[in-house]
Amino acid sequence: MRRFKKLEFIAGILLTGTMVLLVMFSGLLFPDGGEAMDLSARLARPGVDWAHILGTDPIGRDVLARVIVGGRISLLVGVFSVTGAMVVGTIMGLVAGYYGKFWDTILMRWADVQLALPFILVAMTFTAILGADLWNLIVFMAISQWVQYARVVRGSVLTLRDREFVQSARSFGVRDWNILLHHLLPNVFGPVLILVTLNVANNILLESSLTFLGLGIDPIIPSWGGMLADGRSYMQTAWWISVFPGLAIMATVLGLNLLGDWLRDFLDPTAKV
Amino acid sequence: MLGFLIRRVLQAAFVVLVVTLLVAWAVRLSGDPAVMLTQGAGSVTAKDLANIRTGLGLDRPFSAQYLGFLGGMLTGDMGRSFIGGTSVGLLIRHALPLTILLAVVSLALSIAASIPLGIHAAVKRGGTADQVIRILSLVGLSFPNFWLGLMLVLIFGINLGWLPPSGAGEVSGIVMPAATLAIILTATNVRLVRSTMLDTLSQQYIMVARSKGLKQRVVLYRHALRNCAIPLVTYIGLQFGGLIGGVVVVERVFNWPGMGSLAFDAVSSRDYPVLQAVVTVLAALIVTVNLAVDVAYGLLDPRIRSE
Repeated sequence: MRRFKKLEFIAGILLTGTMVLLVMFSGLLFPDGGEAMDLSARLARPGVDWAHILGTDPIGRDVLARVIVGGRISLLVGVFSVTGAMVVGTIMGLVAGYYGKFWDTILMRWADVQLALPFILVAMTFTAILGADLWNLIVFMAISQWVQYARVVRGSVLTLRDREFVQSARSFGVRDWNILLHHLLPNVFGPVLILVTLNVANNILLESSLTFLGLGIDPIIPSWGGMLADGRSYMQTAWWISVFPGLAIMATVLGLNLLGDWLRDFLDPTAKV
Repeated sequence: MLGFLIRRVLQAAFVVLVVTLLVAWAVRLSGDPAVMLTQGAGSVTAKDLANIRTGLGLDRPFSAQYLGFLGGMLTGDMGRSFIGGTSVGLLIRHALPLTILLAVVSLALSIAASIPLGIHAAVKRGGTADQVIRILSLVGLSFPNFWLGLMLVLIFGINLGWLPPSGAGEVSGIVMPAATLAIILTATNVRLVRSTMLDTLSQQYIMVARSKGLKQRVVLYRHALRNCAIPLVTYIGLQFGGLIGGVVVVERVFNWPGMGSLAFDAVSSRDYPVLQAVVTVLAALIVTVNLAVDVAYGLLDPRIRSE
């Protein structure tokens, strides 16, 4: 079991690391940004020509280049949306858990409202109104997910705030913000980190779904969801356009899920899930 | 118990009320529907626009429009679509059963698969089967549902030609959308079954049942599974919102004419009355399911009521 856990960790690091490095250096690997059109090789099959090892799309663009360049959008959305949600949610959770009463009630009732709405529907409504755009999408995601962090942090703070180390700090006259920052925040780090890992994975999936539906990123910018939407019309003749971007999503998200899972066991060895 | 019931119903009603308010407000943010309706219609005078607004009831103050919308939702009159003037209530009555059908069939398939798999993983905890199930469930959580849908279409619709690639016209049309959703759901549910089963199997009455010499199958499915049922129903009920979110996307892949397709068409044509109604009805549905699960749990487990 233990050896297996280690393998899980190594696989997670390898998958995530490879994808992140490829995407980070995509500018060096593919200076044309995946936009170069090889009109003599339209809809080339994968594995035939070394220049287009994963084939080309209907206007002769290299699928491998576009898959790697397209990863930028996914990682950007994943990282920024989760950072936003984490910062806001952690602060709200700390305040609600520590001061309790009024703020706590407001927070928990608001959380009920947000949990009743599937993200996809909210995103649809707001995209219809504000238009599809990278930053709009990041902001929607942060707004719809901060509640998760707030709940986790609130839960931990509730169990921590009456513990001896907090009480003794208080009895020394340590200020509230100092207690929150130096005594409580480090103790909620673990659960928040797990949530971050799993939510980056989840948001990459959400972004690709919305872009696939035409509600996310502008289709002109290469992105995994956008490529899959294009590939859908060519499924009869060119399967590779809709297979490889999906595999890229899977590799990235699986890597993150493996890491998140490992982290959960690492931080809480008694958990059985 | 009555107090608990009243409190939960009031909470649920509050949530739905806030959702309707948010949606109505968001729709109002979006600009003047009269202008959007007349786009590309040639010469439009201010008087024409005013007439359209009066016709749609948009000249009334926000509070009156909102109350009108609420009243309409309660009596089933949800206004008319901007496109073609079809009754929104009628559109919803066609789409909602199809969405619920898809959700229920996928959920049933997923439960049928995850219970035996989860129990097997729990019994052989740490063994090869457990690890394989664990890894498969992680993989299942790692791709977008629409992509799985596309891959099923590619394999079974195009290459093998066994199933129609889309539509709700024939009975076989439901196979691929339901399978797509069920596979993704099973990835989560298998883990739930496994962990609740592990909790249950460590209880003393299981040891007693075993020591009586009962068969493994009887111990697992008669004694243990029944006691897993309560937490499982709760978890699965809580996932209902996520399930509806998934259905909305998968409907689009397979052109399944449910609420997701309706919402999607409404978004692309800026048909706000339809979008507003779809979001409200789905939110109300999710809140109702969560409420039902909570109340059922409260009935079955007295410890929850007092919380």
